[in-house]
Amino acid sequence: MTEQKTIDTAKRAFMKAGASAAAIAIAPGVSLYSIGAHAATGPASSAKRWGMLVDANTDEGVWDIAVEACKKEQGWGGGNNPATDPQWIRKVSIKDPKTGAKASLPVMCQHCDSPPCVDVCPTGASMKRADGIVLVDKHICIGCRYCMMACPYSCRSFVHEPVSGQKPHMPRGKGTVESCTMCVHRVDKGQNPACVDAVNATGSQAMMFGDLNDPNSDISRAVSKFVTQRIRTDLGVEPSVHYRGI
Amino acid sequence: MRSAIKFLSLAILGLAILGGGLASPVNAGEVPLPNPAKAFKGEQCVEPVDVMRRDHMTFLKHQRDETLREGVRGNKYSLNECIACHAVKSPDVAGGKVRTLKPFCAECHAYAAVSIDCFQCHTGAAQ
Amino acid sequence: MPDTTVYQEVEGKGADYYALVGWLAVFAASGLGASFYMEHYGHVVTSMTNGIVWGTPHVFAVFLIVAASGVLNVSSISSVFSRAHYKPMARLSAVTAVALLAGGLMVLLLDLGRPDRLIVAMTYYNFKSIFAWNIFLYTGFFVIVLVYLWMMMEKRWMHHSKKAGLLAFVWRLSLTTGTGSIFGFLVARPGYDAAIMAPMFIAMSFAFGLAIFIILVSVIYKATGRPLGDLILFKMRNLLGTFVAAACYFSVVQHLTNLYAAEHMGVESFILWNGGIYTFLFWVVQIGVGTLFPLAMLFNPATGRTCQGINIASMAVIAGGFAQLYVIIIGGQAFPLQLFPGMEVSSSFFDGQVHAYAPSLPELVLGFSGIATAMLIVAVAVKYLPLLPTSLSDANIRTNRSLEHEADKTVD
Repeated sequence: MTEQKTIDTAKRAFMKAGASAAAIAIAPGVSLYSIGAHAATGPASSAKRWGMLVDANTDEGVWDIAVEACKKEQGWGGGNNPATDPQWIRKVSIKDPKTGAKASLPVMCQHCDSPPCVDVCPTGASMKRADGIVLVDKHICIGCRYCMMACPYSCRSFVHEPVSGQKPHMPRGKGTVESCTMCVHRVDKGQNPACVDAVNATGSQAMMFGDLNDPNSDISRAVSKFVTQRIRTDLGVEPSVHYRGI
Repeated sequence: MRSAIKFLSLAILGLAILGGGLASPVNAGEVPLPNPAKAFKGEQCVEPVDVMRRDHMTFLKHQRDETLREGVRGNKYSLNECIACHAVKSPDVAGGKVRTLKPFCAECHAYAAVSIDCFQCHTGAAQ
Repeated sequence: MPDTTVYQEVEGKGADYYALVGWLAVFAASGLGASFYMEHYGHVVTSMTNGIVWGTPHVFAVFLIVAASGVLNVSSISSVFSRAHYKPMARLSAVTAVALLAGGLMVLLLDLGRPDRLIVAMTYYNFKSIFAWNIFLYTGFFVIVLVYLWMMMEKRWMHHSKKAGLLAFVWRLSLTTGTGSIFGFLVARPGYDAAIMAPMFIAMSFAFGLAIFIILVSVIYKATGRPLGDLILFKMRNLLGTFVAAACYFSVVQHLTNLYAAEHMGVESFILWNGGIYTFLFWVVQIGVGTLFPLAMLFNPATGRTCQGINIASMAVIAGGFAQLYVIIIGGQAFPLQLFPGMEVSSSFFDGQVHAYAPSLPELVLGFSGIATAMLIVAVAVKYLPLLPTSLSDANIRTNRSLEHEADKTVD
């Protein structure tokens, strides 16, 4: 029977330090690859409150560009079953039945301040980050879909089929719930969400992203200058996506 | 009384089998020891090998919460950093065209029969 | 008050019994197979979609859970409300409650997107979620009812069974309130978001639970050849009628209140007249088959005084119950969310449209396996535990009621 020796880590560390010191002294030409050269960023802070401003008085083709950009960035889309395929952002067309007036706008996760999806999640997988971005912690999501029942904007999708070819910044898997992350991986690098960038690249200012808590940001100035609407404010969930023209 | 004797004899039998199994030298040529793929780059991981072997799951578990829930990115134990060094090409994965973590992680995990959940969602492939 | 009832295990040796247990096991196992199929290929193999996220398995699971708390009524009435007539059936009532809850939870857990993460569900809690509270209420129910059962069966602890019964009664009211609140707490959907859902579910639990219990007692006593007297049967009949009427009352109040509020007109007209299958299920099955028909059968002397008539009425109540839950759970999701009230809305994600749904085979198999599991537990329990009185004849019930001495006898 082989014996299990307890590893004396302190002794090992000392021996290793001694050995490496000797090695470096003997072979100055050898260099060790240093990992962790990137500085860590974060944590997210409640000093910021990320939000979006969407101008619905825009040609509806712009929203198709936004949807395609999201698909490309986050790795969803391309299925052939619209009822079960995930849809993180969608173009919604509205028509007033009495007057015939029409409008269209993109609807995605509204990143509410009092998100009903976070309240109902039994494991706490549905969460709100300190800076207001609402996410699904897929490590502990059990796929019960209660958050999908609770969301007033129907913006969450359940992954009904096996997934492959995920983007490295956006893990996605069968049996968990997912929704717009406001491109948190880009936001943390100081960039805009992919949909905003794609729309702005066409020359349109129809989508704007920024820190609602910063009085000097473009978005704060815009929402102070114009009265904006948010979808279903009567519910009191305080979405962070503002709209003009609906 | 009879049932006590039955129980005792079964227990002794069980211990004998177990003892006999353990008495033989580890790896008597039955199951080959795992051979995880050598890293794509780098001479040393962020922690010594023995520390990583024992604790990598703890590091990953705490790191995932730090990154996802708190927004801390680029730390020592970041999964993307693991992929950067440890993802290698292998003929049984995508015809040897893509660098993935599979030849590295799967080796020991298959040997130890510890199934991992990570790659249902995480791609594990270097871009 | 000591009890002279003689409790005895069911013999359970005949071909009939083994066939029953065998078939129940087959149905229970097929549910496991259906769940594996759904988990392996993903929920795309079911009819559940991003619009109808909770489907047939949830209808079955909620029915079983609600009925589980209701079936405990018989024990509660005997312990908490000291109605000695029901005492002999208290043990069966407790076991059936545990069995139905187990069946319902099995269906619920097997339908999860990640059923392999059950341990996560039991270790990570968000206490703002009624679902998280329900996990405690359900597991607590198992513990409390099993302790209650044990106290009823153990001579030395029998005098404590009343306290246990009271705790079980209060716990089951909390549990059913929690189950109703799963829907009642959802502000997003116009078909839910109502405080009345909690008491409505309690009334429903009374009706469904007792209907199941009546059928169970009738079937078991007929199959084992033990006498079942009219006295106890008619008492349960009257109680069932009262409960069915109470459940109907809450449903009527819910719909009337919604009809009064202009903002809920959309969902009410959907359920009540232009919802297709949901309208049919509401009027014909829930109200007609599930409420009016059983009330007529139970209180009409020609049918209400026969075991067969009472059982048919009970089955009708169960059918009505399934329809009610189908309308609540699936109908409530089929009606589109009102992102822009008053506007016509359309999108690639079915905004503004009624979501389509029809039960799929894996879902039905999973749902039925919950019922089979519950019945399997009862079938095995009555064989190995002295749960059933040897006789529920009128004479026995009357003797039991008026007696003063004689300790409880259990035949080994």
